[in-house]
Amino acid sequence: MRIYVCVKHVPDTAANIRPLGGPAFDETVKFIINPYDEHALEQALQIRDKVAGSEVVAVTAGRETAAGTLRSALAMGADRGILVKTDAHFTDPLELAQRIGRAIRGEGDGPPSLIFTGKQSVDEEGMQMPYRLAALLDLPVAVDVVAFSMEGEKVTVEREIEGGREVVEMSLPCVIGAAKALNRPRCPTLPDVMKARKKEIRVIEKVELPASVFTPSLEVLEMEPVPDRGRGEILQDSPEKMARELLRRLKEEAKVLK
Amino acid sequence: MPGIGVLIEEKDGKVKKASLGVLSAAAGAGEREVYALLFGGRAEGHCALLQRYGATRIVTIRTPDSKPLSGPEDQARALNLTIDAFRFEALLGVASPAGKDLLARVAAAREAPLVLDCLGIDLSSGIVRKSHFSGKTTATLALKRRPWILGLRPHVYPERPFPREAEILDFPVSFPLSNRLVIREIRPGESAGPDLSEAEIVISGGRALGSAEGFKILKQCAALLGAAVGASRAAVDAGFAPHAMQVGQTGKTVSPKLYIACGISGSVQHFAGMKTSKVIVAVNCDPDAPVFGKCDYGLLGDLFEVVPALTQELVRGGSTRAMD
Repeated sequence: MRIYVCVKHVPDTAANIRPLGGPAFDETVKFIINPYDEHALEQALQIRDKVAGSEVVAVTAGRETAAGTLRSALAMGADRGILVKTDAHFTDPLELAQRIGRAIRGEGDGPPSLIFTGKQSVDEEGMQMPYRLAALLDLPVAVDVVAFSMEGEKVTVEREIEGGREVVEMSLPCVIGAAKALNRPRCPTLPDVMKARKKEIRVIEKVELPASVFTPSLEVLEMEPVPDRGRGEILQDSPEKMARELLRRLKEEAKVLK
Repeated sequence: MPGIGVLIEEKDGKVKKASLGVLSAAAGAGEREVYALLFGGRAEGHCALLQRYGATRIVTIRTPDSKPLSGPEDQARALNLTIDAFRFEALLGVASPAGKDLLARVAAAREAPLVLDCLGIDLSSGIVRKSHFSGKTTATLALKRRPWILGLRPHVYPERPFPREAEILDFPVSFPLSNRLVIREIRPGESAGPDLSEAEIVISGGRALGSAEGFKILKQCAALLGAAVGASRAAVDAGFAPHAMQVGQTGKTVSPKLYIACGISGSVQHFAGMKTSKVIVAVNCDPDAPVFGKCDYGLLGDLFEVVPALTQELVRGGSTRAMD
């Protein structure tokens, strides 16, 4: 079976983000593979390791630099990569799904067996890629997946929902949006990293999508940093007195409690 | 008159406060019909409330054979038929776990713009604001086609009375139910408190709690405040709390009225997940902890003494809840 894993090239979660006007920001910070996508990839690799004759293809969209994230995915164990070229960090999510969906469809050899994504990216947090891919490829989708099992064509997943978990059944092919509790992603060794350099990355150059196929859904106009609030008022007293004083202030001063 | 659909969510048979907030946001947007949308046959009991918060039409979406629409694929399809029938300019909901899933399905099916976790919406211009990088930046987005599918972050729009007279409608839908995705079972989690992402008060613990056992002192305090309990990534990675409780850039983003961080040093990633809280309180024994540099109130002391003292004070003072 052929398993696609969508991975996104995102700024490190520890990075400070400095907007530079419009949708631009200082991109000299360190970039990493989107953390949720590592869990998606780990699940795909576990399936490939069990099912003979299967292949894991990592797909990303972005500029040339996004190939770095594909190399990380290849080092973790993906068999090959596809880089779908775009010309900005933020691309309309609908357009992105169209381009990735076309790349997957354009691979030939019939529909994919499974498509994994992270449940969301940690940069744009659009929370829509798995749904859009599923709709474009006419597949069922489950997101916020924290447990996955497969028996023949039947896929059973557990989803994190409000106040608990939901057990959902689907048939292959389907789209899965991975959450963090799904598994613990493997760490590549140095030989894995070396091996990854030799693996194939196919680059799909950006072609204009005809207006009949595509009109954008949204556009990022501006980004502003959100300042931290300043130093708080620090209380230092006996625990009992601090507790009493805090509650008084939360009621009378901040007016968040009654 | 243009119309806006508002997906109403219920919990334990009651309309969620966050849904009333979305309803008032739609009602405050000017001369528009505001449709409150409910699944099944429960609209009657909620009519007075939905009118009070600005609904001008209350629509019950139902299947003719009264079979419940349980699967998300069917619910999304029914919502899309509703959007078409009433020609909504926008469909609004709460960015709750269920709301996000359903709104994303609706938007994906019709290739409509989708923005989840909105911090601000302008229904006249189609300009919305949302956080990027888990709250490190706020982005302003322009929506380019209709209808707009928008999930609002809970508590960003508080519920405000907007009394109106509403017409009550039934909207029967008919199509073969989907069997591609079947919900087999729902397993309730251990937490009986409010959902983390929707709670009005959150009390979180860091690695300083030392063990899963240590979280008990937070739970006792939370129970008296009607709060949800959260955890830092360090506490989750150490195995003291499940990932479902993690607040931060790779966990949940929360925006409560009151956030109490206990034994949390205050990393950039943790703040990314909670910095839009209205009031932030930090409890820490380290006077140099970064968290004291970006909170509203800091309590310098041992959390194992301060939190139980807070619990005692709450017991003594009687019922305490978040201010409306």
